[in-house]
Formats: sequence, structure tokens, C-alpha cells
Amino acid sequence: MIPHLLSMQDLSADQITAILDTAETLKEIALRPIKKVPTLRGRTVCNLFFEDSTRTRISFELAAKRLSADVINFSAKGSSVSKGEGLKDTALTLQAMGVDAIVVRHAASGAPQQLTRWVDAKVLNAGDGWHQHPTQGLLDLFTIRERLGHIDGLRAAVVGDVFHSRVARSVVQGLLTMGAEVTIVGPPTLLPPRVDTWGTAVSHDLDAVLPKTDVLYLLRVQQERMGEQFFPSSREYARIWGVDRDRLARLPEGAVVMHPGPMNRGVEVTADAADAPNSMIQLQVTNGIAVRMSCLYLMLGGEDGRAADVGGRGSNSERVEA
Amino acid sequence: MSGFTLTGARVVDPAGGRDEVANVSIDGEIVVAVGGQVQGTRVDADGLVLAPGLVDLHVHLREPGREDAETVESGTAAAAAGGFTAVCPMANTDPVCDHAGVVEQVSRLAREAGHCDVYPIGAITRGLRGEELAEMGAMVAHGVRCFSDDGMPVRSAQVMRRALEYARTWDAIICNHAEEATLTGAGGTDGAQMNEGELSSLLGLAGWPHEAEEVMVARDLILARGRGARLHVPHVSTAGAVDLIRDAKARGARVTAEAAPHHFTLVDELVATYDPVYKVNPPLRTKEDVEAVRCGLADGTIDAIATDHAPHPPEQKEQEWAHAPCGMLGLETALAVTLTELVDAQPRVLTLSKALGALSTNPARSRDIGGHGGPIQPGAPANLVLFDPSQRWTVDARALHSRSRNTPFAGTQLRGRVISTLLRGRFTFRDGVLA
Repeated sequence: MIPHLLSMQDLSADQITAILDTAETLKEIALRPIKKVPTLRGRTVCNLFFEDSTRTRISFELAAKRLSADVINFSAKGSSVSKGEGLKDTALTLQAMGVDAIVVRHAASGAPQQLTRWVDAKVLNAGDGWHQHPTQGLLDLFTIRERLGHIDGLRAAVVGDVFHSRVARSVVQGLLTMGAEVTIVGPPTLLPPRVDTWGTAVSHDLDAVLPKTDVLYLLRVQQERMGEQFFPSSREYARIWGVDRDRLARLPEGAVVMHPGPMNRGVEVTADAADAPNSMIQLQVTNGIAVRMSCLYLMLGGEDGRAADVGGRGSNSERVEA
Repeated sequence: MSGFTLTGARVVDPAGGRDEVANVSIDGEIVVAVGGQVQGTRVDADGLVLAPGLVDLHVHLREPGREDAETVESGTAAAAAGGFTAVCPMANTDPVCDHAGVVEQVSRLAREAGHCDVYPIGAITRGLRGEELAEMGAMVAHGVRCFSDDGMPVRSAQVMRRALEYARTWDAIICNHAEEATLTGAGGTDGAQMNEGELSSLLGLAGWPHEAEEVMVARDLILARGRGARLHVPHVSTAGAVDLIRDAKARGARVTAEAAPHHFTLVDELVATYDPVYKVNPPLRTKEDVEAVRCGLADGTIDAIATDHAPHPPEQKEQEWAHAPCGMLGLETALAVTLTELVDAQPRVLTLSKALGALSTNPARSRDIGGHGGPIQPGAPANLVLFDPSQRWTVDARALHSRSRNTPFAGTQLRGRVISTLLRGRFTFRDGVLA
């Protein structure tokens, strides 16, 4: 159903719902003593990481392994990439080796889309530049739906450096597609150009937005942005746009706090706010595996009919591999 | 007589104000008669247009330094195939054309190749570093009329002001790459990647704001004003820059301007492919900017169409967007793109005569290039282009004469095909083949 997973913008509400529904079924596998189904047996997934990432790579690796796919990890360090082999040659090498899916992380926006021109494999974007991080957006939607029961009609505030955030682009588009209202909050210097075309509200006043927020989504503030004068200091940022216990208290009953990680505790979020009961931060990480399993399954499974059954609740214990 | 006569062509000569079917007789290097009887050999040009050879104020021939992308030989061959009889290569070679030696080298290579006349542009500052003025006098002695650090804006207002003043010694022209670099980042991977706007926002690419061009154009116009200095604005790409130049011209400034074919045809939406063939500096802009550049050409604010022909080998262009270099080929498509997009436009942007003026007469005059750009009259050097205005063709990047293939018009059907090009009475390109 999805040729490649490059951008949240490419996904319809129905497609997103299908991914989340499938993830719900797959999440149950993690509760089994043997956390593995044979769905993608014989398929090869390559994690092609041109940029350092621990959590996303491990999450994708676990997702693929729980579906019994063969996983190879290709990181830019210690590979032929550091010898000057370019994106295209790397792609052609993987193509020649016959991998079925490439999970790619790259510092350059658009690199995953460029890959699709050179390979037959399915390409999953695991984060490209400032552009997109669709599986992060999907796991966030999954977590919101799981916790609050729905997404439609919720009021979400996305706070911080939206300008340089691939997560923000995916999350905001996903929330809008699923019918939430989104307000982008932060200093004007960290808003993306022509944010007026994004279909969101914009505010610079976090305290005014908090009482009308069901989902508070905090973005990582990159320290190096300070040197570029997007804002004067992390102390000033924390004072105006950082979330602490006092600000959490302004949220309505039942509101949740999210962060894609890794956090800068003390800048965009204080330690006690990050660890508050309504913080979804650990749950987001947990759900990442099920959502990535769902994406891999929907993109790689289903062909030749062998993966139609993902092993629903307890129905196929005979297919579980030892 | 020993010469030949081109018969039956529609002679469109913007410099001489002529647009009529007439015979043109050539003997040796010069035109000897227009509108007369056949003299010497008859060369049938029925149904074709005969115009002054095209003149390109802004090309990159890459030699010395990047002969993998282009050489003087291959670049001038592309020029001849595109109908050009004169081109002005930029100074950003390696070594930089900031002294007489490189001027001499490029000129000699061009003479040896013999495909078209080459008028090197000298650097404004040594090494394009924007700090110390290059030895302009030595380069002027070798025929240089224009100085530019193209690709590298002269950041210091003081250096720019001095350059404008110093060049007055020879009434030479200063052409500053119009980019306020503090607004576009350092360049390279971390710098601006595309036009800043709705699309850069979605695509997650660092924006090249139109203000960066306009701030620099405004600064340079102010610095040039009242000093009698000659300023040339290269590759105008934004509506605001067109307005600034229009206003300055109305006040009598000695300013000329050029626009590149891609800036009056292509828009930033193409960047959504992340195909670096569309990466160029200044970047592809919005529909409104394209419209403004067209208006600027129509009302004469923009004097010339210049290609900014910028070859890059495939291995350079087939990289991640942020890593790929900026630049597009232009020499072999400029005439056809102009005919297709400006003359055929509804409503028409330029008449055929004005279009040819922007491609030949105006650039030649704006840079003091004698013998090119017409008029086509007895005694004038026979620098001419013959093209078939009705032939439609599809651009094939692999069929171009350039060493590189980075044309954004690959696969596009265009109207108007160069048949022959003559440089001082000699065919450099004849019946579709390099002579």
C-alpha cells in the first residue's frame, strides 16, 4: 500500500489509521515470552545510517528482528562511505546485493527520496536533515491515540525549534491529517519560513497556550543554534519557552507531555516535568518498535500472500519461532 | 567574387532595425552586401532566420582547473552549437583569473579552438577573497572589460566602493555576485540550498531569501551612484531586484543587468524532486519572481539574457542535494528556451527582434564588445547565427557538446534550432554539425 515511506505528507488519514491499527496488533508481540513472529522471514532489511543515531537504529533493528527479517547495519563510519563512496554507489551496492528494504538516516534533506531513484528496495526514511522523520511522527500519533483514545479534535501545541526539526514537520503534518488542531509555539526566529502556509496557529506566548492544550509536544533545542543567534541564551529560552512543574500545572486535566528525545533537561524541559506522570516520553520509545514493525510489515509483507497474518492475539503460537 | 551569399533567410537585425527577407553576401571575414543579388556561392537559407551571432556575458568554461567539467574547447564548441559567437567566461577558475597570465591562457586556448570569441572576465579581488583588488590594469591590457568575483560576493562595502572607483580608470565594468552572504550562510553544505519560502519550509532545506539578493543589489546601486562607475548586475532572480534596477535606471544610473534562461522559466517547485540538476545560485524562485524577470526583460530593465552556463560532471551532481554544487548548463538551449518561453508566450513577452537583441546586441554593447551583436551591414564582421525558427526538438543531455550533462531542460521540447553559426565569415557550426 505504501511504495516508500518518505514523508508524513504522503500519507492519508486512512493510511495512517491502517498503520496505527496494525501497530496495535503488533505491540502485543512484545508482551509474549518469545517476542518474534515469522512474518518477514527471508526478507532483508538494511539500516543505512549516514548520521549517528542510537535509539532510532535500535528501534528499527528490533522491529525488523521481531518480524524475523534479516537485518544488516550499514553505518557511515567504518564503511566504504568514509572512503569516499557516495550515496548513489552505496545505493547501487545494496541494490546489487538484493536487499528488500532500506531504512535510511541522513543529515541531508531529501537523501531518502534520491535513493528511490537508484534502488528497487522499499525505502523508509529514518530521518533526513530538517525534512522528515515519519516513523517518529507515526509513533507519536500512536501514543496519543493509545493514551487519549482519539486524535481528531485534540488541541496540540508543538513548542520550540520547528525551523530545524524534521520531527516537527512529521508530527505537525500527521496531527493535521488526523484532524487535530495544532499551535506552533516558540520565538519567531525558530519558526519555519512561511509558517502561515502550514495550516496551524502560531503563538509566541506559551503560558497563554497551555490551558488550551491537550498534547504538549516539546522539541529538542539544539545548543548550536544559540551560536547562530536564533535566541540569546539557553537560560532565556528556558525562562520563556521551557516547561517546568509550574507550567505543567497550567495544562488542563488529562493533558499529556511528549518529547522525541534526546532531551536537554533544564532547557526545553526540566527533569521533574520530564518525569511527571503525564509525560509520555518513555511510552513513545516503547511504541516506536510496534509502529516500525507495522511500517515494515505493511511495506514488505502481504506480497505472495505469506505475510497476510501478522499473528493476532495468541492465534498463531505455532508460527512463533524459537 | 570568392565569397558566398545566404539566400532567402529572414534577416532579423536588432542593431540595424531590420526584419525582412534578404540575401546576405559574405566575402572573407566581412559582410559585403545585404539585400543584393547572389554573389559567389549560393547557400540556401530559405525559411531560416539570420541574426547577429549571440553573445553570452556570463559563462563558466572551467579551464584552468576543472577540465573534468568543461574545457575552453568544449565550452566554446557548445557556444558555437548554441549560436554564440562571443562568450565571457567568469574568473572563478583554478588558478583564479586575477592576473594577466590566466587571461592570456584562456584567450590562447580559445583562439586555438576557434569556435567563438572569448572575452575573459577578470577577478575584482585577488583569489576572489574580497580583500585586495586584483591588478585590473594588467588584465585590461589583455582586453578585459569587466571584473567579477562571480560566485563570491564582494562582502566589504569599502572594497566594492574602491573597485567601482578604480575601474573608472578604464571605464571598465564591475559585476558583483548579488548575494548578501550573512543572509545565506557560509555557502556549501551548511549554507542556503534553495529559495526561501513555502517550499524550503516543507522540504527542510536552508533558504536563500530574496532579501539577500536585494540587499546586495541595493548596496551596489547606492555605491555606484554618483561615481560614474559602471555596474552590471548578474543573474537577476527576484522581483525586488528587478524593481531596484528599474528605479536606478530611471534615475540615470550606469547600470546594466542580465537574467538567465532558468530564472525566467523554472520555479522552485522543481526542487521538490531533490534532483540537484535544479540546484543553482541564485536559486530557482517563485512564479511571481519569474513573472517579474520577464517584465524586466520586456521593459528593458534587464538588458541581456546570459546563461550562467555552469558545467558540473555527473558524479558531482548525483549527490545529496546539500552536497551537490550549484549550476546549470545553458549555452546550447538559451536561444530555443527564449523563443519557446518568451516569444511564444501568451501574451508575448518579447518580439523576435527584442529577444535577439537581448541575446546579442544588448550584451555586446553593454560590455563594449565590438564586431558582435550587429548591425548586419556591409563592412561589418560576419558574426552570424542561422536558425530554424519552426523546428521543434527535445533536449537530450547526452547529445550536447558540453563535457557535462547538467541541463534542467533535458527531455523538454523546445522551438527553434540553431542550424549554422559563422565567426568572421567562417562556419563554426554548419548544418547542425560542429565545423
